[in-house]
Amino acid sequence: MSTHTPAQAHTHFAEAASERRDFAAIARWVAPGAKVLDLGCGDGALLGYLRDTLNVRGYGVERADANVLACVKNGVNVIQMDLEAGLSGFEAQSFDVVILSQTLQAMHNTEGIVMDMLRVGKEVVVTFPNFGYWRHRIQLITGNMPVSRNLPYQWYDTPNVHLCTISDFDNFCRDHNIRVTERLVLTDGKPVSLLPNILGSLAMYRLGNNT
Amino acid sequence: MSELSSVGIVAPQTAHFSEPLTLKSGAVLPAYDLVFETYGTLNADKSNAVLICHALSGTHHVAGKYREDDKYPGWWDNMIGPGKPLDTNRFFVIGVNNLGGCSGSTGPKTINPATGKPWGSAFPVVTVDDWVASQARLADYLGIESFAAIVGGSLGGMQALQWALTYPDRVKNALVIAAAPNLTAQNMAFNEVARQAIITDPEFYGGDYYEHGVVPRRGLRIARMLGHITYLSDDAMGAKFGRKMKHDEIKYSFDVEFEMESYLRYQGDKFAETFDANTYLRMTRALDYFDPAVEFNGDLSAALAKAKADFLVVSFTSDWRFSTGRSREIVKALLDNELTVSYAELTAAHGHDAFLMPDPHYHAVVRAYLENIEFGGAK
Repeated sequence: MSTHTPAQAHTHFAEAASERRDFAAIARWVAPGAKVLDLGCGDGALLGYLRDTLNVRGYGVERADANVLACVKNGVNVIQMDLEAGLSGFEAQSFDVVILSQTLQAMHNTEGIVMDMLRVGKEVVVTFPNFGYWRHRIQLITGNMPVSRNLPYQWYDTPNVHLCTISDFDNFCRDHNIRVTERLVLTDGKPVSLLPNILGSLAMYRLGNNT
Repeated sequence: MSELSSVGIVAPQTAHFSEPLTLKSGAVLPAYDLVFETYGTLNADKSNAVLICHALSGTHHVAGKYREDDKYPGWWDNMIGPGKPLDTNRFFVIGVNNLGGCSGSTGPKTINPATGKPWGSAFPVVTVDDWVASQARLADYLGIESFAAIVGGSLGGMQALQWALTYPDRVKNALVIAAAPNLTAQNMAFNEVARQAIITDPEFYGGDYYEHGVVPRRGLRIARMLGHITYLSDDAMGAKFGRKMKHDEIKYSFDVEFEMESYLRYQGDKFAETFDANTYLRMTRALDYFDPAVEFNGDLSAALAKAKADFLVVSFTSDWRFSTGRSREIVKALLDNELTVSYAELTAAHGHDAFLMPDPHYHAVVRAYLENIEFGGAK
């Protein structure tokens, strides 16, 4: 098993202290009893949290063996598959919410997965570390690739291949005709409204189809 | 006793059923026996029962030994026992030999009371549905209204799935391992070659070879050799045998030259000694006919709408006879019905046979799933 998988990146984040506040923020966008698909679900912590707090019917998708086992142990439904292969195993509009939590930046097929999420989910939640966060900018200005709580890897061992800033993702949604219904930017779990692309470390988007 | 120990010495039992069973083909079995074994203890409210469904050549002898000096234990002994993934300290486990089998349950080599001779060619073709119906009668006989789990690999996995469709209220969990929602044309083609090997053996006598005092050993042997190739992956065969030669020098003959040939011949011979050719024909036909979606215009999701059980679906990456894609079809149909399902696609080198191997991660997943099953009062 590779040590550099999106799944493991997610698990790593799950250990971060701010993760719970991330969960709580996501939970605000999920209706009680909703049918939820969590892509790159790690050990199932988010789905377990949504089940316990909102009684959702949840399924996770995960690639790494250890995480699949953890989900089964945690009593979280998990489907073992590689997200890069797409979501053809899921019917159109078959989930109320499809979540991609801090996995987007590690995907190769970035465009494909976002469009497929919008096909499968009535709503989509995407979260990712903001590469434009000021701490990252300073590290680049001083001559190094950024390393932070949300980007805890060295350049040579990172699973991240498609890092972006909040501004980049806004442009992505505009260019792909994706409607942003809500956006929340957090730093240390607290909302950031001033200069989010500089002061925000974690970006959360609620997306819908532009139709 | 160590924590991971055997169920120990076991003994088979026989249940006789005198109520006729109408088979899917329309044929009627006036009466029949099912031979079975049990491990562990049925709890007071009979809620901890687990049924093991066997595959093509399996039997009711799933775990333990009949005698201390038995060379091998039951066929899934690595999975079932005290402290093992299917823990007999918690569960009451039942292994049963299917109808049409050759290990004690009524089958082609059993004496037909109506004629006083072995059933032979007169024994009807049985299906997965028929097995499930007969297993349900065994459950009635044992006073088990509902199974905590029904577990099977390959053809056994098909039975576990069929159980969830035929008796949705009698199955809490179905573990469907290395199975498929039906066989592909290629998969059925292997079965047809195997059957042709048997049927064209001069000692087959139309299936009534018993009265001639012979068995179609050559055909059954070839059928098994063919099967074996398809149960292993190219990589597994490569790792095990590669191009290793049996002798130091090439003999330019058709005797055993390569180690692989020696292995296949040994497996074929061993199997032909113990297994019944008529049973082999029927088991492969049961595989061919299994197709729960056929009554729903091929719509597997519609076929599985009846199911209520929770599911664990497991497949193995190197299994080309029951490929991972086929298990994913089952998973999708379960998802379409919003059933509780987890799916593990395990990286394994052993091909279809991987479901019988004691891979630590595979066993950990099965163990974790079974440990979360709650039943009657105590977890």
